[in-house]
Amino acid sequence: MPPDLSTAHAPFLGISRRTWTRPVLVIVVLSILALVSIVCFMTLGAKGSWSFVIPFRGRKLLGLILVGYSVALSTVLFQTATNNRILTPSIMGFDSLYVLLQTSLVFFFGIGSLISLNPDLHFLLEMVVMIGFASALFSWLFVWQERSLHLLVLVGIVFGIMFRSVISFMQRLMDPNAFNVLQDSFFASFSRVDTDHLLFAYAVLAVVTIAVIRMIPVFDVLTLGRANAINLGVNYKRTITAMLIMVSVLVAVSTALVGPVTFFGLLVASLAHSLVGNSKHKYVLPTAVLLAVICLVGGQTVLERIFEFDTALSIIIEFLGGIVFIFLVLRRAGR
Amino acid sequence: MIITTNVTKHYGASCVVDGVTLSIPAGGITSIIGPNGAGKSTLLSMVSRLMSMDKGTVTVDGLDVSKTGSEVLARRLSILRQDNHMTARLTVRDLVSFGRFPYSRGRLTRDDEKRIDDAIGYLNLGELSDRFLDELSGGQRQRAFVAMVLCQDTDYVLLDEPLNNLDMKHAMGMMKLLRKAANELGKTVVLVLHDINFASWYSDFIIAMKHGKVAAQGPADEMIRPEVLSGIYEMDIKVHEIGGQRISVYYE
Repeated sequence: MPPDLSTAHAPFLGISRRTWTRPVLVIVVLSILALVSIVCFMTLGAKGSWSFVIPFRGRKLLGLILVGYSVALSTVLFQTATNNRILTPSIMGFDSLYVLLQTSLVFFFGIGSLISLNPDLHFLLEMVVMIGFASALFSWLFVWQERSLHLLVLVGIVFGIMFRSVISFMQRLMDPNAFNVLQDSFFASFSRVDTDHLLFAYAVLAVVTIAVIRMIPVFDVLTLGRANAINLGVNYKRTITAMLIMVSVLVAVSTALVGPVTFFGLLVASLAHSLVGNSKHKYVLPTAVLLAVICLVGGQTVLERIFEFDTALSIIIEFLGGIVFIFLVLRRAGR
Repeated sequence: MIITTNVTKHYGASCVVDGVTLSIPAGGITSIIGPNGAGKSTLLSMVSRLMSMDKGTVTVDGLDVSKTGSEVLARRLSILRQDNHMTARLTVRDLVSFGRFPYSRGRLTRDDEKRIDDAIGYLNLGELSDRFLDELSGGQRQRAFVAMVLCQDTDYVLLDEPLNNLDMKHAMGMMKLLRKAANELGKTVVLVLHDINFASWYSDFIIAMKHGKVAAQGPADEMIRPEVLSGIYEMDIKVHEIGGQRISVYYE
């Protein structure tokens, strides 16, 4: 995962002060916070036998970490690929597209398609279709021409609305049983993480992560903008297409587990950028992932154990993320 | 040598670059001049593979730019544009280090570090090297980007309107620096310029474009003549010889 953690945890002795730069410090502090949230999540308010509590909460924990990881990674990658700090995959309608695909599968092939197929195979199928659609649609938008950010925001909002309208249209025509099966996937819920595909999803993430680590220097070059990246020898079209494919996979994973979340990615990516203070991906990526894990695991612990609420985390996160979005848009407009 | 053969680019129905066939000699400074909308920047973008062409070919030392791998070209030819819209928050040194990316792919060797120091020194950015780019003035930023391009150490350096937003002092400093890079480091510098006097004073070779075509080309002193310039810009331009250099006067 974060490549710098090993050096960050290296002994204080014998390491010059230069190693403890701000980004390294941020990552160390956030790792400790993340660890504390994880321990609290697993132990607080546990009644009954540990042999039940540990696997029960462990599955949920793994699900939350997976979601935080893929949302953070997909948002940072998407922002790097499109060279902006306001748009995220969910604002551009990636996750609505995924829900639309799920709905269409049930709509056209019936509820049987969900039940008869091996769940992992079904997940894989959805993911392949998602990659196909999303990369076709978004590489058309981002690779072939340089477009203005305002146009992209507009297109994203229109796409999002269109996907959601088609979804609700299909739902209206759908057999109530099928609707019931699908219902879970329409709303974000962090307290009811769908843990069916955990193993498969982790395998997918491992593959994506290896690719990401290998491409980190290229991501840094992309932050200089398209012209400079091409000048420095980046194969622009291929790289951006590869990144959009990775983003599609990550969005599919997180949407399958908890449903669509619009502003969460924006929240962690913006926070990560301002905490790290520079735009090197070897710092920004782990910071964003750690922030996402802290938000989800820590937030869920506080809500479940301290306030004894159940479903409100997504609302709070979306509320904060929405404020960040408005702030970013206004700040940009002011310039 | 950069050779373009019948290079053409359309934007919708309008033809911006119309069958340009050129050869830009290796060594020295070549300036591309011409009125707005003549296709100068578009041509430079196509030569540097930032933009695809509709027709024609461009070769740089025999390498076809649309067929050669981008990473190979990045060691031969560099391009710097003016609208460097970027989200990155970087220090000057970070930016200059990117110039080594075509060679080291992000893992800097000791030799790379030395070249980065050299480029920073060459542009007198020593005391600014740890400052963030958004804390610099326009002229300093510009120098930082040029340092990156020099650090890339390519035979051909292409610059699109490098004097934009620079005051007289910085514009002159930039041109002197490019002259120095051409003379001392043996670079071939190709510029798009708007100020014909800068072009006259510092270039070896001038290419004039108009309506997407090459209107005239030749050594600087043959190009800076009233009959040539007046035709290109469609206005009355007088040329005076001052201190052994040809200076155009076109104010009315």
